[in-house]
Amino acid sequence: MKLSATMRLLLFGLLTSVPMWAQQGDQIDTGDNAWILVCSALVLLMTGPGLALFYGGLVGKKNILGTMMQCLAMMGAITLLWALIGYSLAFSEGNAIIGGFDYAFLNGVGQEANGSISHLTFMVFQLMFAIITPALITGAFAERMKFGGMLVFLVLWAIIVYFPMAHMVWGPGGLMNAYDGGSIPCLDFAGGTVVHVSSGVSALICALYLGKRKGYPGQAKKPHNLTLSFIGACLLWVGWFGFNAGSALAANGLAAAAFVNTHFAAAAALLAWLLAEKIRDGKASTLGGITGAVAGLVAITPASGFVTPMAALIIGAIAGFVCYWSVVILKKKLGYDDSLDAFGVHGVGGTLGAILTGVFANSMVQEAPGGGAAGLLEGNSQQLINNTLGVLLTWVFAAVATLIILKVTDATVGLRVSEEDEIEGLDLSQHGEEAYNLEG
Amino acid sequence: MKRIEAIIQPFKLDDVREALKAAGVNGMTIYDVRGHGRQKGHKEVYRGQEYEVDLLPKVKIEVVIDDARVQETAEAIIGAARTGKIGDGKVFVYPVEEAIRIRNNDTGDAAL
Repeated sequence: MKLSATMRLLLFGLLTSVPMWAQQGDQIDTGDNAWILVCSALVLLMTGPGLALFYGGLVGKKNILGTMMQCLAMMGAITLLWALIGYSLAFSEGNAIIGGFDYAFLNGVGQEANGSISHLTFMVFQLMFAIITPALITGAFAERMKFGGMLVFLVLWAIIVYFPMAHMVWGPGGLMNAYDGGSIPCLDFAGGTVVHVSSGVSALICALYLGKRKGYPGQAKKPHNLTLSFIGACLLWVGWFGFNAGSALAANGLAAAAFVNTHFAAAAALLAWLLAEKIRDGKASTLGGITGAVAGLVAITPASGFVTPMAALIIGAIAGFVCYWSVVILKKKLGYDDSLDAFGVHGVGGTLGAILTGVFANSMVQEAPGGGAAGLLEGNSQQLINNTLGVLLTWVFAAVATLIILKVTDATVGLRVSEEDEIEGLDLSQHGEEAYNLEG
Repeated sequence: MKRIEAIIQPFKLDDVREALKAAGVNGMTIYDVRGHGRQKGHKEVYRGQEYEVDLLPKVKIEVVIDDARVQETAEAIIGAARTGKIGDGKVFVYPVEEAIRIRNNDTGDAAL
């Protein structure tokens, strides 16, 4: 029987489990493995139902299912993509930009130890990051994107932007990998650049490319159910413990540090946002509080395993004020319709967090990659420069790649729904169903 | 016969229904409506984006009554719905040509 090379590779992956990645002497620590499996579940919880509820409550009542479906679609499509090729492109040996095909079809990814956890555990933990990152972008084009266009755009985006980003920062030999010979060694503990800057900047390009929603800004564009958004934001907060503390890849003191920093930054940012609202708008709002908390969670993400709890409070507070400024003042000034503020929160908060990581990184929390001083406050100005360069590189890469993918998708399957479909709402026009059948 | 249409504050609905019951009025139709008279609306702010909301939620009550009881019915509604502030609402009275009970074809006052 003759099989194609691809089929043989697939069968090989299905039938065998060869510990190619495992270092000599790696052994699974059951505590570590258990913790990272729990963290994987927590990170999935951030997308569904967390982000789906957070975004779903912010749109109009005729678009909530369409918005939630964008998150759900990522849970399906990115998982498939990750299993076939994504994990390999992100985390197998390759060049400085992208990995190779060693792990295609999860070939060689089995139960064996990879560090102190199973290789499968590491793979599935990283998968959950790959799911939420494109899902974050959907906030920018809420209420006006075709379902098919969204799917094609985000799958291409994962391949062209996310997998290379993950490889460059966390993959073996990646360009920005501070722990594996990167030529621009960036400190990014849990995905400030990989997840938030990349998705946030891409979100801005999407909002600019697609244009405003019909009727924006008008009466009909008020959030339709902030109760749902509140539940979603609180689930994001809880899930973020898995995201950041799990990025220690062990159930150790560093995980505890990241856990505490995550919580502290969210609390400080929430208060900062409420204070800004009270001063400028006269009233502290629920929506402001939850948005502030998410901004703090975004900003602490790259820093969570490098800074002290007091620095986390400062980073959170700065993020609360700066993201308030970007969402409330900058957006109005520039006039784009980033519907759910994916750029204002993730792009700006991620950029801020990545730069502040270079300032506050402390070698007492985690040893600097080359030993010695970690961040600017310890006297290592080079780290601030490296992290800033990493952010700039991510901005340019994500913006250019997103623009190209948008143009290609627009020219083939199309991006924006027709005016009639937009007026009817995504729930009916894209999915043939309604969220609220109160006469039923 | 007359139709009394009263637009009131939603939170006054229970008081008005009690008053109508005390005045011997058994039937009514209630609508949830939005509107405004001289009352100003309010401002809502979502992430710094301001929305002026001037159509406020109100409740509309419709009662059809025989001519002799129009005065006391209107007074019952007004007495129960009044807070003395702008936004309390209004009462309108219209003539009704005919009333027919669907169940048994009763007409006029007997159908009320």
